[in-house]
Amino acid sequence: MKKLPFSLIAGGLITGALLVAALLSRVWTPVDPTAMNILNRLKAPGEAGLLGADQIGRDVLSIIMAGAWTSLGIAVTATLLGGAIGTLVGVSAAAKGGAFERGTMAINGVLFSFPPILSAILLGALMGPGALTSITAIGVFMIPVFARVTRGAALQIWSRDFVQAARMAGKGPALITLQHVIPNISAQIIVQLAIQTGLGILSEAGLSFLGLGVAPPTPSWGRMLADAQTFLSAAPHLVLAPGLAIAAAVLGLNLLGDGLRDLTDPRRRQAS
Amino acid sequence: MLALKRLARQIGGLGIVLAIASLVIFLLIEAAPGDPASIILGTSASPDTVAALRTDLGLDRPLLLRYLSWIGGVFTGDLGNSYTYDTPVSALIANRLAVTAPLTLIATLLSIVISLPLGVWAANRPNGPVDTLASLFSQVGIAVPNFWIGLLLILGVALGLGWLTPGGFPGWDAGFWPALEALILPSIALAVPQSAVLTRVTRAAVIEVTNEDFIRTARAKGMSRTRALWRHAVPNALLPVVTMLGLQIPFLISGAVLVENVFTLPGIGTLAYQALSQRDLIVVQNVVLMFTLIVMVVNVIVDALYAVLDPRLRGRT
Repeated sequence: MKKLPFSLIAGGLITGALLVAALLSRVWTPVDPTAMNILNRLKAPGEAGLLGADQIGRDVLSIIMAGAWTSLGIAVTATLLGGAIGTLVGVSAAAKGGAFERGTMAINGVLFSFPPILSAILLGALMGPGALTSITAIGVFMIPVFARVTRGAALQIWSRDFVQAARMAGKGPALITLQHVIPNISAQIIVQLAIQTGLGILSEAGLSFLGLGVAPPTPSWGRMLADAQTFLSAAPHLVLAPGLAIAAAVLGLNLLGDGLRDLTDPRRRQAS
Repeated sequence: MLALKRLARQIGGLGIVLAIASLVIFLLIEAAPGDPASIILGTSASPDTVAALRTDLGLDRPLLLRYLSWIGGVFTGDLGNSYTYDTPVSALIANRLAVTAPLTLIATLLSIVISLPLGVWAANRPNGPVDTLASLFSQVGIAVPNFWIGLLLILGVALGLGWLTPGGFPGWDAGFWPALEALILPSIALAVPQSAVLTRVTRAAVIEVTNEDFIRTARAKGMSRTRALWRHAVPNALLPVVTMLGLQIPFLISGAVLVENVFTLPGIGTLAYQALSQRDLIVVQNVVLMFTLIVMVVNVIVDALYAVLDPRLRGRT
């Protein structure tokens, strides 16, 4: 049996743990993540729950678990939406070429100059903060990322002999894209999905740190950090858990993406 | 000549792209709830006063005309007045840029100073101890949110060790060093994720170039390993590094908004964010346009730098 890349195993384990925490939080958390117990206010880890309690006495571990669901939910939805639209744009640009390709790539350039925080500030003005604002802001930024990657990969497939043969056989660009291009670039798409979900989690945390993300009382890692900043000297432990959770989640998804890339494209193993 | 033509075409393309971007920004802000005249005057104002102010601000003109007058103002530097501060938006932005520009520049310099040597060193001995350390740094550095690094720096360095300031900005009037001091921790927080990305790209680029024929030729001619690395491999590996620097600009700007927030620095990011919460939409509109402009202009500069860095591209269109 072929040895699995280390990054795939490590990334898979971390991402798996994140997924379990997120799903488990839907049915069970040590304490209700929204339940306040003012007697536990700012208590250190061990004194109240495994990770301590926050400024209104909520159990930190429970909020972290429930926050995993929020983070993953927003990041995955945004990535899937951005990934689907971006891939569609990328493969059609590669298939059609010409003015269509130049046009779509120009629009891509426009989208790429709107990082999630800027779009969220604009969208926040339009429809206020919330999950929808976060998902749109993050998803829009992913469109050019996926369009760029899939266009490049699709162009390579288009230059291959079997695509030429399919064209000779009379297949149109749409059919060739569906039957030959997409199956052959699916590995790259999956790798990007993993890595971009990680970046999505990072963006979501930033947005909710600024108060542009999900509204309270929905638990979120970013807002936990914003709250923790107020009590930085009184309760430094509150800063650690959410930050570690974000970093671990992003690290896990990045490693998973790298591992999948190594597995599907051994040539890149040394270079990156 | 060809290089000039290429540049002219890029600037033309930039114009079109900026026109689209500004239109999108304008329409989104237009569609946002809240009439600027009512926001300025408050809820107790009479409808007549509000209507008079609307005429005064030119808000009763057709949409297209207002868009064109905004864009005209962008060229003449007249961006209108802030609804809440009652000062020209251009003055507000200039004032705040005095914080954000040095912050992002220092962070970028810092990330280059960290990542170039680290990446080259790691590439020089792949899988050696430095390489392992560099990989670890780039994986973790990319994953760690910069605002969290900022919080940890405040906690550990400013509050724990009592070094540097935990936040706030004295202004450049207070002297060069006090102002710079306030920017050091924020710059580090901003630089960590950037250097993680750059280290990774530098390492990969140098390894790729090292495998090229001309390096082998140089080595065969008796050039030492280190000399071949610095004389031939590194200059040729700079191209992907510069590309990545350009691609990182949107993240640098996002990062600046967050880090300014953590350290309560009066920069552009805080301005945009405060303007949003006070529904000072004219400020939001102009700040977002300015950021988009910066991202796009930097991309054109990066493209132009290709020609300087890579002689092979000089003659191409």
